[in-house]
Amino acid sequence: MAINSTLSDDGKELTIHIDGRFDFSCHQDFRSAYQRDDADPSHYRIDLKGAVYLDSSALGMLLLLRDYAGGDEANVKILNPSEDVRKILRISNFQRLFTIQ
Amino acid sequence: MQDDSLTILIADDSNTDRLLLEAFVRKLGHRTITAVDGVEAIECFHRQQPDIVLLDALMPRMNGFEVAAQIRREVGDTFIPIIFLTALTEADSLAQCLEAGGDDFLTKPYNSVILKAKINAFRRMLKMHGTLQEQRDEIARYNEHLLREQDLAKRIFDKVARPGYFKANNLRFSMSPMAMFNGDILLVALQPSGNLLALLGDFTGHGLAAAVGAMPLAQTFYGMAEKGFALKDMVRELNAKLYEVLPTGVFCCACLVELDFEHHTLQAWNGGLPDLFLVHGREQRIERIPSKSLPLGVSSSDAFDPAPGMYEMEPDDRVFLRSDGIHETVNAAGDMFGEDRLEAILHRDIPMAAMFDAVMQAVNAFAEGTERTDDVSLVELVMVPKQAFQTGSDVVPLVRELQGPVDWALDYELRMDSIRSFNPLPLMLHILLEVPGLRGHAGDIYTILSELYANAVEHGVAGLDSSMKETHEGFVGYYLQKEQRLRELADAWVRFHIEYRGDDNGGCLRIVVEDSGKGFKEVPDMTMPESGGQFSGRGLPLLKTLCRSLTVLSPGNRVEAVYDWQYKQSRA
Repeated sequence: MAINSTLSDDGKELTIHIDGRFDFSCHQDFRSAYQRDDADPSHYRIDLKGAVYLDSSALGMLLLLRDYAGGDEANVKILNPSEDVRKILRISNFQRLFTIQ
Repeated sequence: MQDDSLTILIADDSNTDRLLLEAFVRKLGHRTITAVDGVEAIECFHRQQPDIVLLDALMPRMNGFEVAAQIRREVGDTFIPIIFLTALTEADSLAQCLEAGGDDFLTKPYNSVILKAKINAFRRMLKMHGTLQEQRDEIARYNEHLLREQDLAKRIFDKVARPGYFKANNLRFSMSPMAMFNGDILLVALQPSGNLLALLGDFTGHGLAAAVGAMPLAQTFYGMAEKGFALKDMVRELNAKLYEVLPTGVFCCACLVELDFEHHTLQAWNGGLPDLFLVHGREQRIERIPSKSLPLGVSSSDAFDPAPGMYEMEPDDRVFLRSDGIHETVNAAGDMFGEDRLEAILHRDIPMAAMFDAVMQAVNAFAEGTERTDDVSLVELVMVPKQAFQTGSDVVPLVRELQGPVDWALDYELRMDSIRSFNPLPLMLHILLEVPGLRGHAGDIYTILSELYANAVEHGVAGLDSSMKETHEGFVGYYLQKEQRLRELADAWVRFHIEYRGDDNGGCLRIVVEDSGKGFKEVPDMTMPESGGQFSGRGLPLLKTLCRSLTVLSPGNRVEAVYDWQYKQSRA
């Protein structure tokens, strides 16, 4: 598991890349990735291109991010999930809460 | 420094050596205790509990090796450095000192520099050991605390799930004894109508976190099932309860099913669990029931969809509920069991009754030789003819349900101040739902009451024409006008007259709503309009489909609805 985040040049968009298993062990890293003192982005992108697995606590972490980013007004996109990961997101119907691309 | 000074036991039968060593040690600022042989050394050790023991290897009565061994036995985990004092220099003898439980040795004649260095080294070790031991004890306390909490969580979990109908003769399930740690929970209840309800849930949290959510889940589930609420209302309420209680990020993937043995139908709602498998035996077909909603407790908004699906079943058809444990079971090679293997088993040419065992056996065989990562929850519910269904339990909820008012009438008049500010519907509904068995029809009753009351207030009291609502502007204007007229009116009223008569099979409810308005010139058309805009919109035609009869009494300010019901299924 590796998590790193990059901020767009205008500081408005934060992209979080997740590699490997996205599960409870990522909790702290994931939180630090979006709770940054140096930025206040309005848009969040979660890039799951490198994520091979996602468990229910990862779903919980996505919800925490959504809350942090403004709840129902949050602008959070989930990008590049693998077929397996997409399936887990679909079973929980997270497409109703996030834009999944 | 006072803190740094140690109490050191010196045991040596040679007076010269002992006195010499004692002088050395004192000079370094430590307290000394001395013994002249092994037996006395043990006595001194007991009496004064030294920090470090310096032992001559060869002593009368009890030699140093025996003393060391006994001290080690007595102190257990406590670290007491034992340093052997010896004139021996062969490697074997020195090694023997350490094997006997010594931590180091000091060869005679003593060298004060080395003695000082060794005592200092052991003082550091003592300090470190003390810290380690404190931390170890703290971890042990935390662990004990955690185990106690987990045990508590398990007991809460067991207790809240227990009132369920787990002995029903059409139910089989496998929940691992570790289920609590996975946050899996199974609840089974019986509706007053005789329908069987089951809920399989999988909390994101473990242990206590899951138990905290399990309490409102189980209490709401059993409470509402007993009162005959429709599945959809239960799902909505369970979601609202969990959303209220659980912190963001903790939620419950769940499915709820309701088996109607009279009509051989299944209602199923799935929010976040893997597809349910509905096995149709005669057609040899497997129908999947996928998750169509967010899990329970994630969102209170419209993104949550509580509507269940309706499915036909024949006797002996069965539905399988599962958490993600089965398909996430991993074999020794690291492959997951997966959905395909599961479905293949259900497609096998085996008797329906053997499917459950076949799945469990296959999963166990697959996981052979591995440390299980997730435990398996599997539930099977079989459609049986109504007379063949047995709860396996002594509880007969119908008896309790029948202890309600069965023959009564009620008149209730709302005056203008009440009409303006008070919604009488929850109160009326509450009274009506005290009627045995009516809870299963709460949706219908609520619709009837709310439509009749809205008609009475808007058309009767306020005198508004619903054709206003045809355009968007009119729609807004309609409600503005309603507010305004209700503010202006002084002595208008709406009366409810409700009569109920029930018996063992069902009952008949008569609701008359009358208002102080002028009524209508013509009795309204009761056919459902194809598009909006007719006189009374969709309200009355909708009611007509729910009621045995619906009559608008001349001059149109009184509407009577008659609603019949029988003990059978509850409406969705």
